[in-house]
Amino acid sequence: MSLLINDLHASLEDGTEILKGVTLEIPAGEVHAIMGPNGSGKSTLSKVISGHEGYVVTSGSVTMDGQDLLAMSIDERSRAGIFLAFQYPAEVPGVSNANFIRAALQSRLPKGEEIDAVAYYKNLYAKMDHLEMDRKFTARSVNEGFSGGEKKRNEILQMMMLEPRYSILDETDSGLDIDALKIVAKGVNAMRSPERGMLLITHYQRLLDYIAPDYVHVMAAGRIVRSGGPELALELEKNGYDFLKETELVPA
Amino acid sequence: MSYDTSSNLDAETREAIDIDRSKGDFSFPERHKFDAGRGLTERTVDYISDVKGEPQWIREFRHRALKVFREKPMPTNWATQDLENIDFDVIRYYLSDGEKPKRSWDEVPEEVLRTFERLGIPEQERAFLAGVEAQYDSEAAYSNMKEELTKLGVIFVNSTEGLKEHEEIFRPWFGKVIPTGDNKFSALNSAVFSGGSFIYIPKGVKLKQPLQAYFRINSENFGQFERTLIIADEGAEVMYMEGCTAPKFETATLHSAVVELVALKGAKIQYVTVQNWSSNVFNLVTKRGLAMEDAEVRWIDCNIGSRLTMKYPGVIMKGERARGEVISIALANSGQHQDTGAKMIHAANHTTSNVVSKSISVGEGRSTYRGQVHIPKHLKGCKNNTECDALLINTKSRTDTYPAITVKGNQHATQHEASVSQVSEDMLFYMQQRGLSEGQAMSLAVNGFINDLVREFPMEYSVELKRLIDLEMEGSVG
Repeated sequence: MSLLINDLHASLEDGTEILKGVTLEIPAGEVHAIMGPNGSGKSTLSKVISGHEGYVVTSGSVTMDGQDLLAMSIDERSRAGIFLAFQYPAEVPGVSNANFIRAALQSRLPKGEEIDAVAYYKNLYAKMDHLEMDRKFTARSVNEGFSGGEKKRNEILQMMMLEPRYSILDETDSGLDIDALKIVAKGVNAMRSPERGMLLITHYQRLLDYIAPDYVHVMAAGRIVRSGGPELALELEKNGYDFLKETELVPA
Repeated sequence: MSYDTSSNLDAETREAIDIDRSKGDFSFPERHKFDAGRGLTERTVDYISDVKGEPQWIREFRHRALKVFREKPMPTNWATQDLENIDFDVIRYYLSDGEKPKRSWDEVPEEVLRTFERLGIPEQERAFLAGVEAQYDSEAAYSNMKEELTKLGVIFVNSTEGLKEHEEIFRPWFGKVIPTGDNKFSALNSAVFSGGSFIYIPKGVKLKQPLQAYFRINSENFGQFERTLIIADEGAEVMYMEGCTAPKFETATLHSAVVELVALKGAKIQYVTVQNWSSNVFNLVTKRGLAMEDAEVRWIDCNIGSRLTMKYPGVIMKGERARGEVISIALANSGQHQDTGAKMIHAANHTTSNVVSKSISVGEGRSTYRGQVHIPKHLKGCKNNTECDALLINTKSRTDTYPAITVKGNQHATQHEASVSQVSEDMLFYMQQRGLSEGQAMSLAVNGFINDLVREFPMEYSVELKRLIDLEMEGSVG
């Protein structure tokens, strides 16, 4: 059981290659972190896994527990168990947060089956309490007028409600103050389970102080160039990405 | 006039457009005892008047209107050239089985009953309506109102019965809010009108439940020309709702109604429309209300479907402190043009008007907003608020706004806001990543866009509206 990315190449529509052969396995039960400088392809990787139509996969494969994700549409991947916590979550004017999450859950049910509203709200309120979110958030339009920290918390709330098999968190720590970061980490840690794999994409060691990864990978110029344990993140924090200048052409 | 020859859409697209109207897309064989034939002449007008056994003054009214209709040019100097595709010579102007409207569904002919059952009308009547009129082609097949309302003196009948049985109330207002010569299509309606409602609410009577009319076109090449006149006497209140459908025929169909509302001192009329015409209907409707002192006229108008809709509900605020409101939602899918708007004519001091228009253009759909606000110089203390928002879904859609706000004098307050927004790819990706299909995501975005207006609809109608939008958006995904 794992999210398996094998020699993945992906380009923009204009042909510019962004991912140049990414290979990575995230077994269920593990938390992996990808670090790397700006423009290394980290966010692109998250979008390609979730099926964003702005990228063309030219070769390689992505499978989830043996299922071919690349053959599925964006929403099929989501319903199969892929969750992406966005770096910049979109706003959906006029649609309340509660209705949005409810629609997402409803889409996972067989046709004709309806969500039990009472149980749904009970569950939603419990998760919101865990993330110390005000009840007012249920009635507010999705992400509209939310602060950066509120948006990120809202992403974690959705993840907790949808209970995905594999979560990708794209720079969830950016724009968060330390208190918000702790709350977000609390939510993510609560979601760790032997059945669930997670991929954290981050610039900074800071997030990893609160969410301890099992493995750390360094991405540069569209490839994973180094992999190691949690100590790799500390090393990067201390020495920066200067080593890439010598090693970037030699994948780990 | 065939949809096929005048449209450059491919078969698949056309199918996609119409897939959503499956609920209304069925028809039964015609069994008309009275058929005015094709084309429009003096004989057509006389035929209709004869069949209906109308008094002479109406016959003359019709003939005068026919002259005006012939003299008036098509308004293609400002409106779409598509109007030229209406072939008045092939349209059938009057079709009926010669039966009087029934007071009980049990007496309605089998296939007519089945039609309205499929559209859910008897069920809605039982659930929440004070009265229902169901029109099938030219005449009402069913018309009934709760008994206690009859006792209160409420009148709810079709236009023919109204002008014959209640001439003393009908005649003073008929054709006064919308004169025959207002536009080419009001003249056409005046010449050949049939069906529609005549409603009178006596002084101080406030209806708690709405009255509803349902307009159904069953026959091909048919023109439906209902005529509605609603009079709310002093302090009276009424909500009237209309729904419309037609099957998808090979050739175009014409629907051209005239609706006049009269709200006397302190009265309140709300007129709610949810129309879901099939995509070959030319829907050219004139709607206007007159609001006297302290009276209120509200148009809540939702336009889904049709090939071309031209409709600009208006309110003439004739008495002091009168209020006028138009709340409109228009959804233009590929192959459709929603040309809608509002007219607010301030004719007394301290009158207030509000216009909120939201349009959605999908695919090659086109939305146009035309607004007119008129406040003359000699008045004081008038207020108008106009908001028009357009939502575009994909790059081919088109939206135009033509606001005309004429405010003279400096003792008034007007406010105008307009916005155009798009359902961005980022928004769709975000929603799809949560598990919603593309159609569901678009539908949710559209529902979000009109959310604040949907609250203005009666609950039963807002549910129906949401369902129609869901179907429409599902159908628009290629």
